Amino acid sequence: MNPSAEALRGTFAGAIGRAVESCGDTIVYVDRAALLDVMAWLRDTPGQQYDYLVDVTAVEYRDRERSLEVVYNLRSLERRTDLRVKVELDPRGDLAIDSVVPLWQGADWLEREVFDMFGVTFRGHPDLRRILMWETYAEGYPLRKDFPLRGRFSRAEQVRQALNANPEAHYSMEELSIAEAYDELPPDMRERLRRGERGKIPDSE
Amino acid sequence: MSKRTIAVELATPGLDPQGRPARIPLEAGVGALERYGEPDAGEHMLINIGPQHPATHGVLRLVVELDGETVVRVIPHVGYLHSGFEKLGEYRHYNQIIPLTDRTDYLSPMANNVGFALAAEQLMGIEITPRCTVLRVIACEMSRIISHMVWLGTTSIDLGAFTPFLWAFQERERIYNLQEMWTGARLTTSVTRVGGMMADVTDDFVAGLRQFVDTYPKTLHEIDRVLTRNAVWVGRTQGVGVMTAQEAVNYSLSGPMLRASGVPYDMRRDKPYLAYDSYEFDVPVGEHGDVYDRYLVRLEECHQSNRILRQALERLPDGPLNIGDPRLILPPKSRAMSDMEAMIYHFKQVMEGVKAPVGEAYVGIENPKGELGTYLVSDGTAKPVRWRIRPPSFINLAALPKMAEGHLLSDLIAINASVDIVMGEVDR
Repeated sequence: MNPSAEALRGTFAGAIGRAVESCGDTIVYVDRAALLDVMAWLRDTPGQQYDYLVDVTAVEYRDRERSLEVVYNLRSLERRTDLRVKVELDPRGDLAIDSVVPLWQGADWLEREVFDMFGVTFRGHPDLRRILMWETYAEGYPLRKDFPLRGRFSRAEQVRQALNANPEAHYSMEELSIAEAYDELPPDMRERLRRGERGKIPDSE
Repeated sequence: MSKRTIAVELATPGLDPQGRPARIPLEAGVGALERYGEPDAGEHMLINIGPQHPATHGVLRLVVELDGETVVRVIPHVGYLHSGFEKLGEYRHYNQIIPLTDRTDYLSPMANNVGFALAAEQLMGIEITPRCTVLRVIACEMSRIISHMVWLGTTSIDLGAFTPFLWAFQERERIYNLQEMWTGARLTTSVTRVGGMMADVTDDFVAGLRQFVDTYPKTLHEIDRVLTRNAVWVGRTQGVGVMTAQEAVNYSLSGPMLRASGVPYDMRRDKPYLAYDSYEFDVPVGEHGDVYDRYLVRLEECHQSNRILRQALERLPDGPLNIGDPRLILPPKSRAMSDMEAMIYHFKQVMEGVKAPVGEAYVGIENPKGELGTYLVSDGTAKPVRWRIRPPSFINLAALPKMAEGHLLSDLIAINASVDIVMGEVDR
């Protein structure tokens, strides 16, 4: 067991859940409200120095009763040690969690991917958009267990949507604001742009 | 038409008072337009590169905001090659996932096979045989050489040098022939299995690889002589796309990108797998973190890979290739057709797959592009609950906007090339 687990419990007490070991890796469960503090502590405290964020991902189990977990793999380059931090979320509840981008820039795209694939929203993320799927993708969150392997829409519907897609939609609102195209936009799009709205992401349900 | 007013007065092109490349806030966020008025069509240019463009190395799309020829902002768009491998993996047995790993980073398929097999073995608590360990090292280092050769060839093409491309691809072709000799496939090798390998190597393969190891450094020296002190190459790469060590760590860069920035971290040496700590090799580390240093690091890694291959060939032990457990390894086909016991094992493995105990495993290996992590979560069935690939080039690519800011458009091409992306892995 990685000694950081005990150190965390000593510092944050109630915010630290169980610590388990699997295949030689230590996993610490952290309360979602304390995530950012715990991560900052792990990164900056001498003796911990988990300065490298290896990966951010999420896991949803086939067992409907289990929580959806957001998984952070941390590494101390100095001490050559890894630690896995998990936050449990209710898959049927509010999937919101603090973003760790203020601590690690590298989390930017990783959190976008978790948002894209699982629908977890990261509060404080500078640019939370879908990344692998397109911005107006309306079928939901592909890596959720209730998402069928072939997608929610029929192949015919997918083709219809692709053919009807607005070519302007290939640029985000942000990009259009730079382009000459701004002046040629229809008034309603300019209005949306003025209000600072991003490409609309419909709800999965 | 109203003019865009730009609040930042640029003294030198693109630098703010703190010396950082200036960013003109053009975000569509609330207030941006109020602050700067209506955007003017003529001030900044928006250029779309890709997804079908030779310099984007696949289907990467970059939307670039230009002030004259200076890059103000780059917005990468990825996902054009998204194939949902991770989702597919949740519907497949562990051994059935291995063919999917070929297709992620398709420039180093064997190393991906090894990465997945190591994670599945850690999950199941399997110790592989000594011969298998050495063969996997050979597979990884062969992959590193072909991947770096493709990188070198395509990058030199991007920067206008054609000859090294041909030399590099000739060497790659020789490794491809060896891969074909070993696995029957040049690209989709699927060479590993959980607990062993799909096939053993022949004596011809060993002789062929030995010949390759002896002759390959000559090509590296030729490339070195053509590029390393070439005025055009140096001018196009030095001081371009700099990442400091601190930034590289903060952006979670890995592999040659991290080491070129001066962080001496190599999974093979610092978190050894496959008994890499018993090989003699050096980890090249850059100093300036620019495109030139990334080139030097990768060129030196080719030499080191060759060194490791030579040692691996010397120590390649005899003995069994696969572990002895018949519940995990398919019996030979001839026995499955003639022996009742073997047929039952064959049937159970094909129909039910191998069950992994409840738990989770993360194994990171030093792939040519960086740290390829495989994170497997099992709920005790024969199919993983979650198969996560930590894609090194996806994470490295995320630093592209940061690196390209304030450089010329032509430098953006050099910087993008230096990241060494492969879209099959970025998009998965």
